[in-house]
Amino acid sequence: MSDYDPVEVTPLHADELARAEADALAAIKSAADLDALKQVRLAHAGDRSPIALANREIGALPPAARAEAGKRIGAARRAVAEALAARQAELEAERDTKVLIEETVDVTLPWDRAPRGARHPLTTLQERVADCFVAMGYEVAEGPELEAEWFNFDALNIAPDHPARSDHDTFFVESTESGKVLRTQTSPVQIRALLARDLPVYVISPGKVFRTDELDATHTPVFHQVEGLAVDKGLTMAHLKGTLDRFAEVMFGEGISTRFRPNYFPFTEPSAEMDLRCFVCRGASAVPGNPPCRTCKSEGWIEWGGCGMVNPRVLISCGVDPSVYSGFAFGMGIERTLMFRHNAEDMRDMVEGDIRFTLPFGMEV
Amino acid sequence: MKVPLSWLREFADLPAVTAHEVADRLTEAGLKLEAITSHGHDLKNVVVGRVLEIEELAGFKKPIRHCKVEVGEAMPREIVCGATNFEPGAVVPVALPGAVLPGGFEIASRKTYGRLSDGMICSEAELGIADSSPGILVLPQDTPIGADVVELLGLRDEVLELEITPDCGYALSIRGVAREAATAFGVAFHDPAAIDYPVSGGPSHPASIADPTACDRFVLRAVSGFDPAAESPLWMRVRLARAGMRPVSLAVDVTNYVMLELGQPLHAFDRATLQGEIVVRRAEPGETLETLDHVVRELHPEDILITDDSGPISMAGTMGGLATEISANSADILIEAAHFSATGIARESRRHNLVSEASKRFERGVDRELPLAASWRAVELLVSLGGGTAEPGVTHASVDVAPVAIAIPSGHPSAVAGVPYPRETVIRRLEQVGCRVVDGEVAVSGGPRGVAATGVVSSDDLAEKLTVRGDDMITVYPPSWRPDLTDPNDLAEEVIRLEGYGNLPSVLPAAPAGAGLTETQRLRRRAGRALAVSGYVEVLAYPFIGVRDLDNLQLPAGDPRRAATRLVNPLSEDEPLMRTTLLPGLLKTLVRNVGRGFTDLALFEVGLVYRPAPDAPATAPILRVDRLPTEEERAWIESALPAQPVRVAAVLAGQFEKSGWWGPGRAAIWADAIEAARIVAGEAGIALTVKADRHEPWHPGRCAALYAGDTLVGHAGELHPRVIEAYGLPPRTCAMELELSRLTPSGPPQAPPVSGYPVATQDVALIVSADIPVTTVEAALREGAGELLESIRLFDVYAGAQVGEGRKSLAYTLRFRAPDRTLTVEETTAARDAAVSVATERTGARLRGA
Repeated sequence: MSDYDPVEVTPLHADELARAEADALAAIKSAADLDALKQVRLAHAGDRSPIALANREIGALPPAARAEAGKRIGAARRAVAEALAARQAELEAERDTKVLIEETVDVTLPWDRAPRGARHPLTTLQERVADCFVAMGYEVAEGPELEAEWFNFDALNIAPDHPARSDHDTFFVESTESGKVLRTQTSPVQIRALLARDLPVYVISPGKVFRTDELDATHTPVFHQVEGLAVDKGLTMAHLKGTLDRFAEVMFGEGISTRFRPNYFPFTEPSAEMDLRCFVCRGASAVPGNPPCRTCKSEGWIEWGGCGMVNPRVLISCGVDPSVYSGFAFGMGIERTLMFRHNAEDMRDMVEGDIRFTLPFGMEV
Repeated sequence: MKVPLSWLREFADLPAVTAHEVADRLTEAGLKLEAITSHGHDLKNVVVGRVLEIEELAGFKKPIRHCKVEVGEAMPREIVCGATNFEPGAVVPVALPGAVLPGGFEIASRKTYGRLSDGMICSEAELGIADSSPGILVLPQDTPIGADVVELLGLRDEVLELEITPDCGYALSIRGVAREAATAFGVAFHDPAAIDYPVSGGPSHPASIADPTACDRFVLRAVSGFDPAAESPLWMRVRLARAGMRPVSLAVDVTNYVMLELGQPLHAFDRATLQGEIVVRRAEPGETLETLDHVVRELHPEDILITDDSGPISMAGTMGGLATEISANSADILIEAAHFSATGIARESRRHNLVSEASKRFERGVDRELPLAASWRAVELLVSLGGGTAEPGVTHASVDVAPVAIAIPSGHPSAVAGVPYPRETVIRRLEQVGCRVVDGEVAVSGGPRGVAATGVVSSDDLAEKLTVRGDDMITVYPPSWRPDLTDPNDLAEEVIRLEGYGNLPSVLPAAPAGAGLTETQRLRRRAGRALAVSGYVEVLAYPFIGVRDLDNLQLPAGDPRRAATRLVNPLSEDEPLMRTTLLPGLLKTLVRNVGRGFTDLALFEVGLVYRPAPDAPATAPILRVDRLPTEEERAWIESALPAQPVRVAAVLAGQFEKSGWWGPGRAAIWADAIEAARIVAGEAGIALTVKADRHEPWHPGRCAALYAGDTLVGHAGELHPRVIEAYGLPPRTCAMELELSRLTPSGPPQAPPVSGYPVATQDVALIVSADIPVTTVEAALREGAGELLESIRLFDVYAGAQVGEGRKSLAYTLRFRAPDRTLTVEETTAARDAAVSVATERTGARLRGA
């Protein structure tokens, strides 16, 4: 057994080792920051540090010398490691308490570097309405805004002499005889849906409609409606009421009070108006003696939209047999809904495109 | 319709309830309350007095009288009065000190014109009876002195203003509203039309109906020896005023009063002015008539006229003629009560822009059985109030009309409502409406129909399709005052509304499972959302534009966007066209926001444009409504409508990224506009191909045409300076417009393989001629690099002396990765060299430094 190195290497000398240890401890002590300590660690505890080199030589010692040398080197390595750990802890603590604090910034500084955008609340409100009905199983139906008179009026049982067909209410296109108008309601989509789809039909159709009103706080010539239509076997007014009650709850929250009141529309029979309890006075203003309410004109209720059972005449013009199928339909104003739901007071704000109006509505309403 | 409660109570035995309670019940029945007006409740301490002495006071600008008035007290009162329409002995209303007149006006004892005035002699206006009055109110001599005027004249009343839907012509009368009120409260109704009237005797004036489609009943009654000076009694004037009609003269007031009470419009002729037989007919070409409002009207061949030998004397149901009207001398009066075609009157009224109380009622449907009774009621009033004599006999021209009958199963209202109504309830409710109900299905012979009701299309075929059959059929004969009841569902509505809409249960139907939003609908939402997230604010501009917009956009003649659909009746003559591009609305909104103090703006809109096809039919047909339209008919309609694709457009100006404490901001440039288009297309899973283009309204050197595959889908870039000037936009305003309808969502995105092997990166800088588009260079690099190329990114563009005149340097990072191994340096370098070599071949690029 003579495979050991007969030459005793320098680092294995006790005093050499002690110097290497002392150098290491001194360097550790003088390391000023964590980066410096990292360098110290490499130099004095790394693979090529004197102590590591000495350690590597142990194997080359004669067996008799190995234990003693191993003991000395182990002690030196431990001392250095402990000193490193201690200094590391010290410097980390110092960094945490001092350096990081010196790096303090004013986190209240604004950061509006990237532009902020928003969707129009009339758009997102239409989407929310659609989502409410999609959740009930409805599909979203669409139709053109520049519409044929037959779809907008005749097929909806609005006879040729109906006042709504005059140019006082309706925008005519090209000529009054062209048979083309800007749709005055989303109801023509009912007809399109019945012509295009297989029964039963459950559709919701939000969209833009047009009437010849001048723009003011409560009127706009271009506005939005949402039309609902369900045609199936056995549908009743109770179903209509149930559907609209649910709709009102989704839009205005549980506890909203609704009222069904007889009304007249050519395309529904029986017809009703859906009223909501006034969200400002809660109906109090309708009681004589109480202060008046501007929002509901002291009626206690506000009109939300019209509805009713689809007039069998409408079903007939769509080729649906009213003795087999019945249906209900409803139409609500999106602008009105925005007014009620978000306290938007002036319709002009909704059409002018002032970014101050739209930005607060964000991505959804 | 304004309904004085006192009048209503005459015909319905209403309990002691408030006006609000009555209004609530009527609203529930479908006659919606608009407003309640109280009269006389604020009127106190006004008594009947007799003027004893009048002293005219001189020396004032206007006549002033100092009167002594007996008011039922120990001593007469001294009162100063400015009116002169009374003499000593006149009986007048006197407001005593402490009295309160309408509007809270308090009367006190005071010194005026140098005399004591211890009260006030009142006019009708001051008592709140009329809007204005020329003098004080002089009461009949036998009025008890000292009596309370409010009580005596019945001035305390409430007026319900009701919104009457267009199907409810009958409710434009006290009679009709009283019937509803009586039903609502379950009390007796006393029909004011149920009066005895003479029907015998010869015609009071020769008359005939020449056109039975215009009129199916025409009644005339005559009064002679009428005192033209007779005045309408106060009670009548009060009621007329409160019902919203201005008192005029006794003869006119009587016709209005009976119309309000019964719902039958009446017309009074001065009989002395009539010449020969009266004929009801349509107008002949060229005929004219000067109406009561002194307008000479050119008549339309469809106008329904009352004529005599002299020609037209009245526009039926709309407005009377001037020549035959009741004047201050008319002693012989002919009362006309007729039943005209509702559609005929509706058209006539619209044609001449003449809406009268009569036309409103005829248009909505008047009781065909009323003319004999209503004309007699008017005659009675004229005789009793105006001192005339009822001439014997009556003119009664009439066309036979078969009774309307509708057969339904007694369970039909329940089936419509979703609530069981007992058979007897159904019948009772229908009878309360005025229907006659018999068991079984009575065969209804076609028979003559009479004049057309508004809004009702009828044919035997349609009637058959509307018929509801089932168990326990009943046959219902609607009353003559309800021409709106024609279909089974009309009857169902009557039962359901009287049983109370409020009592309907609320049941959610189970709709079949739906498929959710379509891909197109989802894309539209995503596009809007993505732009908003990127900093754009959505606007919803009106889709109206003008020729000026097309000029402002610098569109050349013949540009298809100039072929815009024109409105017949635009709100503004400046904007009579439907938009063919979204840009004008967005640009005007941008300018508006700039005007309101905003400089950094990014706006977008998603909406339709209207693009008429050059070869489209001029008219869309009005199809039949009694059956499903044929495929050909539907295709015809669709082809007549313009294409209406969905577009998305954006405009931006000022800084897109703001400056701040972090450093300078970044102005919005053409590239942002193109990026906005890429964002939208990216939502459809489409990478747009960008090509340089020249297209108005964009800057010719800064305009990109955008392609999805080979399909042109839009343009983006900086606007032309002329456009910027024309709209007054901020300099360098940028815009994009994209046709969303042309972006077909590419289907569900496919998952890419993700290699776990390391990436190898190579940078290359290529020098190319400055006019080579970078997309060409990149495409060449991609193709040359082959399948190992994972991504390529242009990280620098340099043009300057170092690369030479007319050249630019493009610096790319190419990242390579293999799916199955670590790439060697040799492989990567070979791929890069291949990339460069294709780029060189295609574009003449050379490696920088090479």
